[in-house]
Amino acid sequence: MSQPPLLQVDQLKVSFKTHMGPLQAVRDVSFAIYPGESVAIVGESGSGKSVAAKAIIGLLSDPGVTIDGRILLNEENLLEKSEKEMQKIRGNQIGMIFQDPMTSLNPTMRVGKQILEVIHKHAKSSFKESKQQAIQLLQEVGLSDPEKRFEQYPHELSGGMRQRVLIAIALACTPKLLIADEPTTALDVTIQAQILAQMKAIQHKNQMSILLITHDLGIVAGMCDRVIVMYGGMIVETASVEDIYHSPFHPYTQGLLNSIPRVDKEESDLTPIPGAPPHLLDLPAGCPFTERCPFAMRMCPSHRPALFVIKPFQQAACWLHKKNP
Amino acid sequence: MITFIGKRFCYTFLALFLIVTVTFFLMKAIPGDPFTQEKALPPEILESLYAYYKLNDPWYVQYGNYLVSILHLDLGPSFAYKARTVNEIIASSFPVSALLGLEALVLSISMGITLGALAAFKQHRWQDCSAMLLAVMGISVPSFILAAFLQYFFAIKLDLLPVARWGTFQQTILPTLALSALPTAFIARLTRSSMLEVLACDYIKTARAKGLSYFSVLLHHTLRNSLLPVVSYLGSMVANILTGSFIIEKIFGIPGLGGWFINSVANRDYTMIMGLTVFYSMLLLFSVFLVDILYGWVDPRIRVSTK
Amino acid sequence: MSEEILAPEFFKPLERENAAADQLRRRPLSFWQDVWIRLRRNRIATCGLYLLITLFLFALVGPFLSSHSYHETNLVLKNHPPSLRFWFGTDDLGRDLFTRTCWGARISLFVGITAALVDMAIGVLWGGVAALLGGKADQLLMRVADILYAIPYLLVVIMLMVVVGTGLFPIIIALTLTGWISMARIVRGQLLQLKELEYIQAAIALGSGKARILRKHLLPNAMGPIIIAMTFTIPTAIFTEAFLSFLGLGVQAPMASWGTMASDGLSALRYYPWRLFFPACFISVTMLAFNLLGDGLRDALDPRLRK
Repeated sequence: MSQPPLLQVDQLKVSFKTHMGPLQAVRDVSFAIYPGESVAIVGESGSGKSVAAKAIIGLLSDPGVTIDGRILLNEENLLEKSEKEMQKIRGNQIGMIFQDPMTSLNPTMRVGKQILEVIHKHAKSSFKESKQQAIQLLQEVGLSDPEKRFEQYPHELSGGMRQRVLIAIALACTPKLLIADEPTTALDVTIQAQILAQMKAIQHKNQMSILLITHDLGIVAGMCDRVIVMYGGMIVETASVEDIYHSPFHPYTQGLLNSIPRVDKEESDLTPIPGAPPHLLDLPAGCPFTERCPFAMRMCPSHRPALFVIKPFQQAACWLHKKNP
Repeated sequence: MITFIGKRFCYTFLALFLIVTVTFFLMKAIPGDPFTQEKALPPEILESLYAYYKLNDPWYVQYGNYLVSILHLDLGPSFAYKARTVNEIIASSFPVSALLGLEALVLSISMGITLGALAAFKQHRWQDCSAMLLAVMGISVPSFILAAFLQYFFAIKLDLLPVARWGTFQQTILPTLALSALPTAFIARLTRSSMLEVLACDYIKTARAKGLSYFSVLLHHTLRNSLLPVVSYLGSMVANILTGSFIIEKIFGIPGLGGWFINSVANRDYTMIMGLTVFYSMLLLFSVFLVDILYGWVDPRIRVSTK
Repeated sequence: MSEEILAPEFFKPLERENAAADQLRRRPLSFWQDVWIRLRRNRIATCGLYLLITLFLFALVGPFLSSHSYHETNLVLKNHPPSLRFWFGTDDLGRDLFTRTCWGARISLFVGITAALVDMAIGVLWGGVAALLGGKADQLLMRVADILYAIPYLLVVIMLMVVVGTGLFPIIIALTLTGWISMARIVRGQLLQLKELEYIQAAIALGSGKARILRKHLLPNAMGPIIIAMTFTIPTAIFTEAFLSFLGLGVQAPMASWGTMASDGLSALRYYPWRLFFPACFISVTMLAFNLLGDGLRDALDPRLRK
């Protein structure tokens, strides 16, 4: 990529203070997102992916939180910005949509007003102009009869419709980066596909970058250019979407792929990854996947692998790379 | 919304009907009649009294008459105070109680919400702990005990405020405080827990992701949603203040309706008791009905029915 | 760092027992153990618990400690302040206030707990039947409950006491008249929620009998809100009993209830303040203790706060 990255995350560490000790949700994560590309962060619950996303937009509001590292948006470190400065960025340069559309809208406020809020915060337009803009947005996200929707309350809309509204809200000020945290998990499969297609269409139109957080490798294929796999608060593999599917290196990535039912292969059993995700309070000093890894070696529990370059544009944090065949 | 109002109205009406009926039959169930308590009256006078009060008619006729008079809002004469009717007594004493009640209402709502909101923002810090400690004491110390305590310290010992009676503003202070302690505490607790719940909701995250300031989020998103449970408490609160006023009026010597109620209970003045019970019930049920409508209007999920 | 670990023996497969991977890291606690631990961690609630234990002891053992009885009058010794002989002083008939307070504790606790138990029994029955029958029967039962709920309960209680007469058992009957309704709603709500839960349907699919499901799954989860409701019913019952006694509708002399003692004490507040102080203190502290415990239980049982 010749252009400089839109978002550069450098050695991000996030830990929470709990009464049982510090909980490290994100441990030394670095990645970049370039303008116009879609990147997925894939991982199980507890892998730290949502925390990383919230750190980017600055919504980690727990009192016991410590964040280290740098998050550069267009060369500016977001972690050094004041709350007021971040408020100008949220909704404006970075938009975010959350997991459950059923609860992500204020039940006592009309849908239209919730869109107008974000428009008025970041742009000085008259009520008439912003209403036009809002109705336009509702149309763009695929809602029928947008004038009617503008006046309605959230409880009058279905889950899929509400998610479209949330997308409209996130995109109202044409942000350069859209962070979508499990946007389709709470929706039916058919609606999922529609929502994702809608997002992709808008992305093309606005030349926007998308950071998609998900645990579902299935939806990544049609949406994203690159995939980052996280486990136990760390990045274990990053690759282009083709490489992830066709030549995954890290045993965890391979495990994830093996546990998805595939239409094109004959398989008798689904093979889930044995064991359970690690408890973030007692992570081993070495590779967090050691316990569940079928290829674990002696140094894995005690020595943490760095992200080794497997081939151009594919990296994996696994000692297997250093093993002589 | 219309069906909602209709439904609430039906319930209210049925409840009132039930109360009126129960009241009537309870009074009829009392052995003897009101006049046997007094000094023995000559039979002719007894006869004419019975005829005047229509006590000779069969019970269903009396019941029918009773219902009719209730519909006309005529609560009948008082047995103990022969020259006055229940309606008159209500008309003269109720304004006093109403004033006390309104003062307590306004104080409770304003103090309660403020305290609760403060506690929610400064959760786990000293403001929260002290507010909640006050609140739990407020719901634990019965109003009549608080009243006695206030009277003892502020009026008798320290002589800062009048001991009793009614008329000046200072005289309303202690009774209002005593009466509003419980509702204030309740509202504070309710506001706090409701706000904390709302602040943890997903739509607050969405609001913040829009770049709205803390204050903006508070005003437009948190407040209205937090206050919904408080609105639905208002009905109970009115009931609370009403029954609390009985004893408070007695302790502070306030010439309100509560005092009459207590006296009529002590004197076994049955028509008074009946009449006042019906009056209070109507008042209460009507307030609850109003509160229900208010809630239905404030919560769009009820106001705008889904397809 | 890289030089050292490239030694070939580090690349040998890791030996381990396979079973380890599937074990949970922390020993799981049973539901009630977890609740108890969380309750104990809450210092304020634990305080409430200890207060209540002390109160129980006071009620049980107190009268035996004092050398006086609760009804023994001694006009020569009337209105004495607290002293070594009469630990809480005497009232205007020369009765020992300490013993009377202990007896008041017995009455209040008895009334409170009985009322809570009866409320629970009726509530569980009504709500349980409604939930299990479902459909029209459920609707009917809950509509009736709604209408009954709208009736201003204290008024009915007062009227009932006037008619039926005073004393301990009429009070308990009066208290339980409408208290069961909120319990019924809670029980029904819980059971309905649980009926729908997937693991119940799974259990049925796996062949568990209905009784077993009830015992192992439904009841433990439904018990939580029921217990909390009962913990809050008790102070309400104690308050109402004190309120009624204060109005003269409660237990009669020579029995000592905190309410009657408070009422007595109020009239002599200016000169013999200890006569009001002790019952007032005890009522407040008892209600406070139950409220603190109830709050603690509610927090301990809140599923969202579990790890």
